[in-house]
Amino acid sequence: MLTLAHYLVLSAIIFSIGVAGVLIRRNLIVMFMSLELMLNAVNINLAAFSSYLQQMTGQIFIVFVMAVAAAEAAVGLALFISLFRNKQTINADEINTMRG
Amino acid sequence: MNEIFMNVGFWVLGITAVVASLFMVTRENPVHSALWMLLTFFAVAGIFIQLDAEYIAAIQVMVYAGAILVLYMFVVMLLNPKSTGFIKVPAKVILGSVVALVLFLQIVMTLMGTGVIKSAQMSGMNLPEGLSNVKAFGAVMFTQYIVPFEVASILLLVAMIGAIVIAKKD
Repeated sequence: MLTLAHYLVLSAIIFSIGVAGVLIRRNLIVMFMSLELMLNAVNINLAAFSSYLQQMTGQIFIVFVMAVAAAEAAVGLALFISLFRNKQTINADEINTMRG
Repeated sequence: MNEIFMNVGFWVLGITAVVASLFMVTRENPVHSALWMLLTFFAVAGIFIQLDAEYIAAIQVMVYAGAILVLYMFVVMLLNPKSTGFIKVPAKVILGSVVALVLFLQIVMTLMGTGVIKSAQMSGMNLPEGLSNVKAFGAVMFTQYIVPFEVASILLLVAMIGAIVIAKKD
């Protein structure tokens, strides 16, 4: 029998894998992919609650999350291209001009 | 019978999504990561179909798998970054995994703490008579949420112009 908790735990697992990806990987492109994974996990949550509460609003917000994800991917990848042109690297450890 | 199909579908899609996302995070080659991410997106689209969100499943495949993933592949192939320094610090890997695991346990503990969720049965979407998922979706989107919809279009326009300006050669 499937309950709401099944979907919420699946979403939590995928979200945690995304967090681990952002923390572990040093390749900026893969870090961005992990961000997309976290947004996807949130979308599962929204769809599960939309089905559980029998309300369309959750599905509407998935579309907005997808729009933000697309915008973020476009701008982020443009930044990486610009960065690679100046620094010849997209490794997060080598981008240390500000001593962060 | 339908119940069994739902259960089998959930476990197959869920395990596929989790395994593919694990591979995505741990592959050294960014192209392989992108392809594993594609598999994750398809599995999540299947989960959306289970949750009576057919339109969302379709745009998941079109926007994520079609547009965003192609953008990623394009940038990976354009930059062709050398994968030096891949997970060379084990301490960082252990720390990152532990933080993610603690976060996951906290989410699960919060879920178990809420009484509503334990017994919550998924009953499926109850659409009005004669309305498909897309019709019901559009009816809400273009009446109640018309202003956020327009704001989202402005956001996409700004992102498009911004991406062109940032990536352009001076």
